[in-house]
Amino acid sequence: MELELLTTTLARALAFGTPLLLAALGEVVAERAGVVNLGMEGMMMLGAVAGFMVAAATGSLPLALLASTLAGVAVAALHGVIATFLLANQFVSGLAITIGGVGLANLLGKEWVGKPLAAPMLPFDVPVLSGVPLLGPAFFTRQYALTYAALVLALVVWLVLFRSRVGLTLRTVGESPAAADAAGANVRRVRFLAVLVGGAMAGLAGAYLSLAYRPAWGENITNGMGWIALGLTILALWHPLRAVPAALLFGAFFTLSFRLQAVLPPELLTLLPYLVTVLALTLIAWRGGRGAVGAPEALGVPYRRGERE
Amino acid sequence: MRLRWVRRDAPPPLLTFGVSAASFLLALGAALVAFAAYGLDPWEAGATVVRRTLLDGRGLGEVVRRSIPLLLTGAGLVLALRARFWNIGAEGQILAGAVAASAVALFAPGLGVMAVPALFAAAFVGAALYGLVPALLKARLGVNEIITTLMFNYVALYAVRWLINGPWRGKSVTGFSYSDRFPRETYLSVLDGTRVHVPTLVLGIVLALGLTWLLRYTRLGFSIRLLGEAPDAARYAGVRLLPTTLALAALSAGAAGMAGAGEVAGIHHRLIEPTSISMGFGYTAILVALLARGHAWATLITAPLLGWVLAAGDVVKVSLQLPFQLTDVMTGLTLLLLVASEPLLTYRPMFARRPPPPDPGQAGRPAPSASGGE
Repeated sequence: MELELLTTTLARALAFGTPLLLAALGEVVAERAGVVNLGMEGMMMLGAVAGFMVAAATGSLPLALLASTLAGVAVAALHGVIATFLLANQFVSGLAITIGGVGLANLLGKEWVGKPLAAPMLPFDVPVLSGVPLLGPAFFTRQYALTYAALVLALVVWLVLFRSRVGLTLRTVGESPAAADAAGANVRRVRFLAVLVGGAMAGLAGAYLSLAYRPAWGENITNGMGWIALGLTILALWHPLRAVPAALLFGAFFTLSFRLQAVLPPELLTLLPYLVTVLALTLIAWRGGRGAVGAPEALGVPYRRGERE
Repeated sequence: MRLRWVRRDAPPPLLTFGVSAASFLLALGAALVAFAAYGLDPWEAGATVVRRTLLDGRGLGEVVRRSIPLLLTGAGLVLALRARFWNIGAEGQILAGAVAASAVALFAPGLGVMAVPALFAAAFVGAALYGLVPALLKARLGVNEIITTLMFNYVALYAVRWLINGPWRGKSVTGFSYSDRFPRETYLSVLDGTRVHVPTLVLGIVLALGLTWLLRYTRLGFSIRLLGEAPDAARYAGVRLLPTTLALAALSAGAAGMAGAGEVAGIHHRLIEPTSISMGFGYTAILVALLARGHAWATLITAPLLGWVLAAGDVVKVSLQLPFQLTDVMTGLTLLLLVASEPLLTYRPMFARRPPPPDPGQAGRPAPSASGGE
């Protein structure tokens, strides 16, 4: 009985943690290159609505996923231009994208509110592995393909960031753009592309919500997940592999909070994850002493050759 | 001949104004395009909006009514942005103020004429305390204030929902989630035929002017400006990070809190659904503060401007039958245009035959930001 509680909690944690993981991975890539993207929430919403609309119109999931990704990339391009080429304030730009993006997504999805998707992405059991005791029911039963894609992506992002030349360049651009520039890297282009990759992942995170997890459109379906992903990025210390347990932890927390329904009213349960994000960030900062731990040195600072900021 | 962009020392005020105005007008143009996209005659729709918001007494009242919370919150946010303390939590702080004011109104009967001052004071203190937590975390531990203040918006939202569904749910209301009605003595006086609550409006004007004075002439104001413009120099000049951050966060949050008090005591007369108390004022106020470019007095202009946008959103919804989310898209677009035009203020174009002279403000210049020089 208790074993079953454990496995269902893990399974729900994985399902709930998937969009958080996808978005956090996107933010890790952008921030490692030195660009803060506060537009995550807006990009997720637009990715979610784009995927939903295409799925509703064509019934094709691959096309829907493509639409979500492209929507994320398109908005990210806006942010990328503002943050890297115009050297303007990236906090304001991200915030604008979140405010406008959430509004636009709700506007576009208005006529679909409450309507379910005819052909949503379906959960499936992984053959063989789902039969393994404990691990099977926890991680390989009734999950979505996107969940495994997210886990693979975490590995890929890690490989690229820490085991490839491209990754070395990207991280140098985030730590010391002047040094990267001197070594022949195109700082702005690297940053711009990193933001685009981040946008693509935000779009996918949105797709997971609207195509798989809750395949019926609803107002504000991301409900602050984009912001929680930003917290997760810090919690994971900007490391793609550490983002996996961090996302699972949050997923578990969301799930477990529902089990407290007997003791706590539902509104208080819903506010717990947001409170826990703050607590987690506090704890991380406390343990690491003053200052942000492990943040890329040039995070949030625009780069212009010959200028010290 | 080559075009080079050279850093300016300070943008000319007229250019700053022109760029802000152009961003705003462009976003308005986009709204007309949106009207056309929805199959309306854009000019006629635009004229309807203007008529129902500016040329009609009640409509004008609604503009002012929405400007009041934006003025209080926006003026406070100018202070925070000036110090580069990214307080995105005004929405939650408005709610914290509304809760504190409601506590006084509901549970401290018999205050008589002191009821209104008491509830504003409670709102200020309650919201200030709420805003102090992220500030403390930022100043002591370096925890990113953008994320914490944002998370606190959600915490406040669900906390208010809990209050109106649980402990504070009105005894006399059935089927609805809100508190009992406040006693009469807490009602703010309004202009006849409108929902313009005068005490809060006066408070907002006083605050905008007071904060201008504070920024210009007081030691705290100096510390705040220095902290934002040159954090390293601030340290050498003896500006103490912790007390300065706490003070500006408390003032900024407290101002938002009073806006929340105005909404519940001036309009709703009870604690109601949080999204109906604030309706995104906390987020729109960020735009009010950014458009004011570091000048608290300028919110006297920018708050009514955005108040008009919000009131127009209502007309769009009611008279034109278009989705109200158009206003969010407008707000986001204005912000984007504003930030995208920033390089024009930070750099000036220069045509040069030879390599240009070294940039004037190389070392220690602050990153381009919305907080223009005073």
